Amino acid sequence: MKKKIYEGAVASLAGLLRDDMTIMSGGFGLCGIPEALIEAVQLSGVTGLTVISNNAGVDGVGLGKLLATRQIRKMISSYVGENKLFAEQYLSGQLELEFTPQGTLAERIRAGGAGIPAFFTKTGVGTIIAEGKEEAEFNGETFIMERGLFADLALVHAYKGDPEGNLVFRKTARNFNPVMATAAKVTVAEVEHLVSAGDIDPDTIHTPGIYVSRIVEVPNPIKHIEQRTVRKAGAMEGNR
Amino acid sequence: MAWTREQMAARAAQELRDGYYVNLGIGIPTLVANFIAKDISVQLQSENGMLGMGPFPLEGEEDADLINAGKQTITELSSSSYFSSAESFAMIRGGHIDLSILGAMEVAQNGDLANWMIPGKMAKGMGGAMDLVSGVNKVVVLMEHTAKGEPKLRRECTLPLTGRRVVDMVITDLGVFTLQRRGDARMTLIELADGVTVSDIENATEAAFDVGLS
Repeated sequence: MKKKIYEGAVASLAGLLRDDMTIMSGGFGLCGIPEALIEAVQLSGVTGLTVISNNAGVDGVGLGKLLATRQIRKMISSYVGENKLFAEQYLSGQLELEFTPQGTLAERIRAGGAGIPAFFTKTGVGTIIAEGKEEAEFNGETFIMERGLFADLALVHAYKGDPEGNLVFRKTARNFNPVMATAAKVTVAEVEHLVSAGDIDPDTIHTPGIYVSRIVEVPNPIKHIEQRTVRKAGAMEGNR
Repeated sequence: MAWTREQMAARAAQELRDGYYVNLGIGIPTLVANFIAKDISVQLQSENGMLGMGPFPLEGEEDADLINAGKQTITELSSSSYFSSAESFAMIRGGHIDLSILGAMEVAQNGDLANWMIPGKMAKGMGGAMDLVSGVNKVVVLMEHTAKGEPKLRRECTLPLTGRRVVDMVITDLGVFTLQRRGDARMTLIELADGVTVSDIENATEAAFDVGLS
């Protein structure tokens, strides 16, 4: 049986990294990002990367690490607001940026993973996003064509994984991780808990192991909170 | 006189109906959650992958794996569910969300919306805004009537669009307008904020509008 389990993030990426490749990286903000795998990419020193990720980390955290070392040539993202270094590199022309609406980004990845080369959507019609894209009418409404995305490598973060590569995500740390796992030649998953075969009820698996080539346990990762918001005890109204 | 941010949010909350699934944007729209009528049940969607968004956690109970689209820590409810970003936007783009309340930089009288970039400035990105305005059944804009003295309700948007003819209603600190997504591109003033007159609104508005006060 082919073994999917690797010891350590660096080992889990051995032989997979090269300059100018395209990498998908899961997460929303800093929630559910594959931070140990991103650090391993940083250590490898590969450059000229195209990175597909909803956001670009913050300075010094997540993809912010790869921006600091100038390993990223191009980002495909929906929102990059929280990163000063990103703005600097973009405005000086060192970094290319392709803004994609968040839903279009998710669907382009889903399509890429499902073998769908392109699809039509209403999102972005009449905006600069539609420039240069094919338009078509369906049922009297205008749609634009968007293309599927498929990467050389997808890096994802999960809560639990088993030796088969079956994954379970936790709460809103799921976000882009399961869809990215389907849309790359090779998917590597870092998991907080590597459990034995049979320990995950098959009915509760979010990502079946067919999509996952390698798995590495990263116990007790440091998790970052961007906006720590709390309510006072007794104030049940608060912000829902 | 005009409405405060809280009064604007309370007015927007009147657009909620029992059983609605609703997405609230960042800023004043977030306040709408505080004014949901006690006798209706509304599920809030967070586009990073959650339905049934609960209130902020108590201090010490924050969970880094449980955030909203503004990256704020939140909690879950007995009705909550989690799902991937692809599922979340299938929900939004497939017309399953009843109402989206969001902020804007400009709205044109034909319902065009601009809220994501200013030419010459580094754009942070549109996030999910373009998906929300093109996919959600009813789009309500909640914004200040003017910005630095300049009207935000325009004959045509001067800023890059987020969506073309996508706005159904605009609530500002001065009043409430309805808009048409198809056909006639005029908007109608349907309510005035406390102490505001039609001529106050005319003076602060570039867009042409009819007056149909209820």
